[in-house]
Amino acid sequence: MLLNVKGLSINLATQRGTLSAVQDVSFHVDKGETLCIVGESGCGKSITALSLLRLLPASARLTAETISFNDLDLLTLPEADIRPLRGNRLSMIFQDPMSALNPLHTVGRQLTDVLLAHQHVTRAKAAERACELLLKVGIPNPEERLQQYPHELSGGLRQRIVIAMALMCEPELIIADEPTTALDVTIQADLLRLLKELQQALGMGMIFITHDLGLVSRIADRIVVMYAGEVVEAGPASAIFEHPAHPYTRALLGAVPDPSHPRMEPLESIPGTVPSLLSRDKTCHFRGRCPMAQDICNNRISLQTVGADHQARCIRVGAEDSQ
Amino acid sequence: MLRYVLRRFAIACLLMLFVSFVAYILLFAAGDPAVTIAGAEAKSDDIARVRELYGFDRPILIQYIDWLWGVLGGDLGTSLYFKRPVAGLLLERFAITAKLGALALTLALLVAIPLGVIAGRKPNTLIDRFALLLAVVGQAMPSFWFALLLMILFSVTFPILPASGLTSWRSYIMPVIVLGYFSTPAIMRLTRSGMISALEADYIRTARAMGLPERKVLFDYALRNAALPIVSLASAEFGFMLAGSIIVENVFAIHGAGSLAWESIARADLPTVQALVLCFSLFYVVFTMLADILNALLDPRMRAR
Repeated sequence: MLLNVKGLSINLATQRGTLSAVQDVSFHVDKGETLCIVGESGCGKSITALSLLRLLPASARLTAETISFNDLDLLTLPEADIRPLRGNRLSMIFQDPMSALNPLHTVGRQLTDVLLAHQHVTRAKAAERACELLLKVGIPNPEERLQQYPHELSGGLRQRIVIAMALMCEPELIIADEPTTALDVTIQADLLRLLKELQQALGMGMIFITHDLGLVSRIADRIVVMYAGEVVEAGPASAIFEHPAHPYTRALLGAVPDPSHPRMEPLESIPGTVPSLLSRDKTCHFRGRCPMAQDICNNRISLQTVGADHQARCIRVGAEDSQ
Repeated sequence: MLRYVLRRFAIACLLMLFVSFVAYILLFAAGDPAVTIAGAEAKSDDIARVRELYGFDRPILIQYIDWLWGVLGGDLGTSLYFKRPVAGLLLERFAITAKLGALALTLALLVAIPLGVIAGRKPNTLIDRFALLLAVVGQAMPSFWFALLLMILFSVTFPILPASGLTSWRSYIMPVIVLGYFSTPAIMRLTRSGMISALEADYIRTARAMGLPERKVLFDYALRNAALPIVSLASAEFGFMLAGSIIVENVFAIHGAGSLAWESIARADLPTVQALVLCFSLFYVVFTMLADILNALLDPRMRAR
């Protein structure tokens, strides 16, 4: 197992009290595998990703049973030992290409800085590696691009550069936090294909964070669906797409346009919004928006086994097939 | 970049032209300059003779152009009090004041930037509060009072530094501290707030996620971004320092441009005051221009504009 996360909880201290951003989240990633974390904005996906690199803001409190990366215990590893992992063996692609790059340094400078932080190479050697990578992520005439500043490049190019940056040291695990959200659809497809290719070539594990189930169906090996800071369903991609067990997952799937079945009726949307994370009650968090809510939903339940390696947090699991 | 520099230069020149006109008009602000020059007891035909001699009887625009032509050739007129060319006088005095200002600004930057970085990195901690306290005290304390305190301490109680005049390098210590401390709080606070917002930026998170050493993140990535407004402020502070030196030079009895300005105003030595206004403005304009150019060197987005 490349990465194993068990019982991860994150609390944020805010002015209005403690906010429970992530609650008892568990998942794991194997070598060469793609895990998709899916959910609406504000469900705790990005903060989960940041916590793996131990880059949480100072106001955040993290507790977990285990966070292990290979044989390293990321939970207790001192900061001085974490830094050499970041960007090197454990890397991250951020979602906003407009702000993720330093406006005052050239692209080349920022790419080479990553390699220089982890390997004893000359800047010239690092620049060669940067050129190589830019070609790989589909940027023609890389020598020229390296001399440019972020503001001189388009959003698509910048996102490719952010991806190249994360790949400079050929990490074992890459966390991609909505890497294509800010881009238009054609570039999205390109970059997705590219990530998949690079992943196979390097044998990386990948955590892909998104709210777009259309993307998930194309790349995921396994899926974790998050809602209001907790896992509501987890399992192999095929199982979840074929037999979604949680009403939230079903609702998400209903909200995905299916190009092979053109339809006249409008896309389904999920009524309501994610409940406030400040005041958690003892009921199922999805209860207020769930079309199938019953009185028994007043009690929280743990993840229930649906099938092999497939769990869902719903009281109706098991009662499903009889309906 | 060259276009940017040329444009800045052109703006600076236009600005100086405007300032020079104001400086020239200043001569007439205190009343008829012929009366001032001729003296209070002068008879009316003496005044008329002075008016003709100095050319005050010509149209003001002609007088201005004539004067400006002289200024460009290095002729700033003759001091009414010292009876010698103002240009040479200013050169001597400005050498002292510029040295004082440069040293004070260097001191202010050396204290304010590290303090601001430390405070901005860990806001609301003990060290941040200490830096803030230092800033508040610095902003609240008038420089002349601070100067007197230093004098009492280091020239009277412990006589280790000279209280007045410029006899050796040790004479510079107290004036430079007083002048520098005046600018420290503003620069410190700007560095602090700049660092706080830079450290929250996405590109800093990226840099950290890529495992860059903290030193590099702080100084090469964050401070460089925070430095842009500091450069602009520092140039403005240098201008304030020239003005502040009027007080400091008087307290420490240093014969620089500041005390010359003070005395010339009191003596109604109009050509000297006029030249001083021109020179102070020139410093200000040149430093603002240099700050803009330095910022453009730091920030590629500015060069493109």
